[in-house]
Amino acid sequence: MFRDIWQTLERFLHSLGGMSLFLLRLLQFTPGVVIRRFRLVVYQVYNAGALSLVVIMISGLFVGGVLGLLAHSSLEQFNAEDTTGIFAGLGLVKGIGPVITALLFAGRAGTALTSEIGLMKATDQLSAMEMMAVDPVRYVAVPRFLGGVVAMPFLSAIFTAIGLLGSHLVAVEQYGVDVGAYWQQMQNVMDWEDVSEGITKSVVFGIVASLVAVWEGYQATPTAEGVGRATTRTVVVTSIAVLFFNYMITAMYI
Amino acid sequence: MELGTGLFALLGIGALFFLTTQTTGSDDFNVDDTFEVSARFENVGSLKPRAPVSISGVTIGRVTDIQFDPDSLEAVVTFVIDSRYDQIPDDSDASILTAGLLGSQYIGLTAGGSPLFLEDGSEILFTQSAIVLENIIGKFLVGGTSGDASESEE
Repeated sequence: MFRDIWQTLERFLHSLGGMSLFLLRLLQFTPGVVIRRFRLVVYQVYNAGALSLVVIMISGLFVGGVLGLLAHSSLEQFNAEDTTGIFAGLGLVKGIGPVITALLFAGRAGTALTSEIGLMKATDQLSAMEMMAVDPVRYVAVPRFLGGVVAMPFLSAIFTAIGLLGSHLVAVEQYGVDVGAYWQQMQNVMDWEDVSEGITKSVVFGIVASLVAVWEGYQATPTAEGVGRATTRTVVVTSIAVLFFNYMITAMYI
Repeated sequence: MELGTGLFALLGIGALFFLTTQTTGSDDFNVDDTFEVSARFENVGSLKPRAPVSISGVTIGRVTDIQFDPDSLEAVVTFVIDSRYDQIPDDSDASILTAGLLGSQYIGLTAGGSPLFLEDGSEILFTQSAIVLENIIGKFLVGGTSGDASESEE
């Protein structure tokens, strides 16, 4: 029993330490890759960001719509439908936007990164690169990591903006909240601090999600089963880490 | 690929721009050329620096400082007014009002009739303190019971 707990803890510390060292290695190569292999990074921004656009936008619309529905139906009881905008704005900008974007990112782009790198490893492509004295961390891991880090804040901002539009559609178009009141109330309550909290979150989540995805792929057991398990772990670890950091950053801003 | 990335970056920057400009309160008072006026209040309630100063509902200034004066035991509120509005009578009345029932507090000026105008450093003499909702509720509750008690004593 105690042995099991100890082993789990040991494994956790192992992967945490490995991941931290891996992050340092990624950061060490970042300037060189950005200067000399910029196209690789652009391609990964396209891969992680542009290709996730559709899922992000559709999800944002529906999440915003649900917020509008819930906020309106509960605020209606106090005759305060006009404040639906505050509810949707604060909720989306400060919390829901970055978090759901990061979770969707883990599912859409994180898994793709992990399985891609894991499969490269399983088919000995990484070993082949090492053989040619090409560092796979530099040419495979760093561009993918940077692509995710760059894409996440944009994705989060797009998700939030579309979400606000979604709650606008529900509150204003469907339930007839005054359009001026909706935006005016939001603008009265929110300030730059709130937006910067959302941006901070999306940057941190971008680093966390990309690091976990690349690290899990890099660490995957080079078999079909190992790659599958690494992909699952990417989603689990990213989700937990993102929710943990979400709590930390929220507490920091209060 | 470049086209897709470009479109993505454009959308992202557009969304960021939208969030920073449309969702946050645009500072509708941002003028350099101002003059400073002060007023004394018995109670400022929850008035905060940067709260708007308005006349006839138009924002013409902003609160810059709130201090407690230990000599007169009053709150001294300093605020700046856009110097375009230099023709406000100096016997104008300043009161601390609340935007809506639960909104934030601001200073509302009501124009007086004096031929002299407010200028830099002048003080508004006629003030009306913040209406503290808790006090009114308290007075209402306590007033009701103590009134009954005094009546029965008499």
